[in-house]
Amino acid sequence: MTAAVVVRALRRAAGVTVPLALLAWLLIALAGAPPGEAIDAFLRGAFGGRRHAYLLSTLSRAGLIVGMAMAAWLSFRAGLFNIGGEGQLVLGGLAAAVVAVHAPGPAPLVMAWAVLAAMAAGACWAMLAGALELAAGVPLLIGSLLLNYPASFFASWVVGHPLRDLASGLPQTDLIVNERWLPNFPGTRLDIGVAVIAIVTIAVIAYGATTTHGLRARLNGLSPAFARASGFPVRRLALQTLAGSGALAGLVGALAVLGLHHRYSDGMLVQPLYAWTGIVAVLLVALVPWAVPLAGFFFAALATGAAGMERTAEVPREIALILQAAIILFVAGYTARSVPGARDDGDAH
Amino acid sequence: MLLDPAFLGSVPRFVVPVLLAALGGALCERAGVFNIALEGFVLVGAFAAVAGSWWAQSAGVGVLFACLGGMGMGLLFAEFSVRRGGDAIVVSVALNLLAIGLTTFLLRALFGVSGAFRDPRITGLGTVDLPLLDAVPLVGPPLAALLSGQSPLLWVALALTLLLPFALARHRYGLRLRAAGEAPQALRTGGVSVRRLRTAALLGCGALCGLAGAQLSISNVNLFVENMSAGRGWIAVVAVLLTRGRPLPLFGVAVLFGTADSLSVRIQGLGLPQQATDALPYLATLAALIVASVWRRRHAAAGA
Repeated sequence: MTAAVVVRALRRAAGVTVPLALLAWLLIALAGAPPGEAIDAFLRGAFGGRRHAYLLSTLSRAGLIVGMAMAAWLSFRAGLFNIGGEGQLVLGGLAAAVVAVHAPGPAPLVMAWAVLAAMAAGACWAMLAGALELAAGVPLLIGSLLLNYPASFFASWVVGHPLRDLASGLPQTDLIVNERWLPNFPGTRLDIGVAVIAIVTIAVIAYGATTTHGLRARLNGLSPAFARASGFPVRRLALQTLAGSGALAGLVGALAVLGLHHRYSDGMLVQPLYAWTGIVAVLLVALVPWAVPLAGFFFAALATGAAGMERTAEVPREIALILQAAIILFVAGYTARSVPGARDDGDAH
Repeated sequence: MLLDPAFLGSVPRFVVPVLLAALGGALCERAGVFNIALEGFVLVGAFAAVAGSWWAQSAGVGVLFACLGGMGMGLLFAEFSVRRGGDAIVVSVALNLLAIGLTTFLLRALFGVSGAFRDPRITGLGTVDLPLLDAVPLVGPPLAALLSGQSPLLWVALALTLLLPFALARHRYGLRLRAAGEAPQALRTGGVSVRRLRTAALLGCGALCGLAGAQLSISNVNLFVENMSAGRGWIAVVAVLLTRGRPLPLFGVAVLFGTADSLSVRIQGLGLPQQATDALPYLATLAALIVASVWRRRHAAAGA
């Protein structure tokens, strides 16, 4: 690595961090909190707590974000702009909750069914968006997004009406019985969902790097004309990739239900913006797969740290969203061209 | 039921936000900017309208703030996408998130509330009444139900819909705007800055989306709710894509979507669950996309 490269990298890093620090300081001042106290609260909220309770909740959130990020990565690298992860996540979570609450049978079997149902629901919803593009010419970018809304409304109706937990009166399913929860790591309150995500992430990266299917999907993303000319089954490839992406989103929904919340309640997967955070985590690292977990952890820490800031320094937690968006904006100029399928508007400068 | 005055009167309230935002999107589309951040633009506009109206106790200031807020978003888009060359989709995703974060943050930091902000200081936009229209025989009463007592922004939107085709076809800036979209090289050869034109288009788009937001927050109601744009900006994006930014077809599509939206409120009375009717505008939008593409394919096949 030559000195010029290092200097350029440092200058870029400064170009991102200096404006962001200024923005953060401005927002904290606007909320009327002393900056020192706010930063302290942020760090404690993200990494501290009694017996590292907050660090564990950061890890738990990071798992869900990384899962959604890998789901987005799977489709983005294949040139498929599936931004319907939210709908796929919601339907997955709902399916898992319905099975885990209502299906009879031994706990491990029911949990396996719940996960499978969630993955199937997510995969179907993603493939529906793909089918709309292939058969009806609805651009995936728009079709997948529009399908988010009916999915959320449907889930909201299911837990508001037929499967509502009447005892609590809230729009949520009944609590899943104790035996069907994902176990925690011994001695902690962190469920093993994050480990599942870690394994799945490694598997997905291995799929992309080593399998023929993964290579073909990527080539299809980089150059659809080449993929077609090489005789790849491009339509099937696209649908299969979308199914994988949707299934992964569904799995994340199942893990959130079985591990974290133990039920599905209205809005619980939409409000924290897991799907969108996953998408921006992938965009932040320009689809470099091994960096996705780092970006996911970073954004998770940002969110839980901001929640900590809200608790003790009364800075609204949405500061995390603002900073997250600002990071993407500042980095966008550098990462843009590495996203396949991103629209080329034919105008440089 | 469709000619019921209450229903007719509700249609423009749903059409205007989509139409205004879509007109803004059309400016971008024609200038060659792929802007799918309309949702965020509208949300910021809605918040700024309430903030301005609350601060000055004047709806006019609210509208002004809404325009400025939207233009601020447009400026951000221009800086990060047009000038720094960030991918338009990435920048759009970021700006949509920024809009949610910023409006909710400011709602808490400035007004100390979360969820919804209502206050007697928020002054709503008045209405434009057309008292004489009712006297016209036959067509008068339904037209009056449709057009009388609506927000002034309806008339702004209609005027712009009529004006924009002329501007695009005849005016020098309209021609340049289209050139920026269709043949940027030629424009540059002619000594005109493509970047500056696209920035202007984004500013115009921001102002129009701001107006759309003002219609939502200080005309349809008199309050701000978190995430109150609720997908309207995305529907406007679809309208732009469907019509490739041509104003008159755009008007038709906006009316279609707006009617579906108000219809969805209307049929809640029939005992359908609210979530089913809430999903209707999005399903109608998808259906319109499918129909348009099938229709286009037929025509392409017939032409070949």
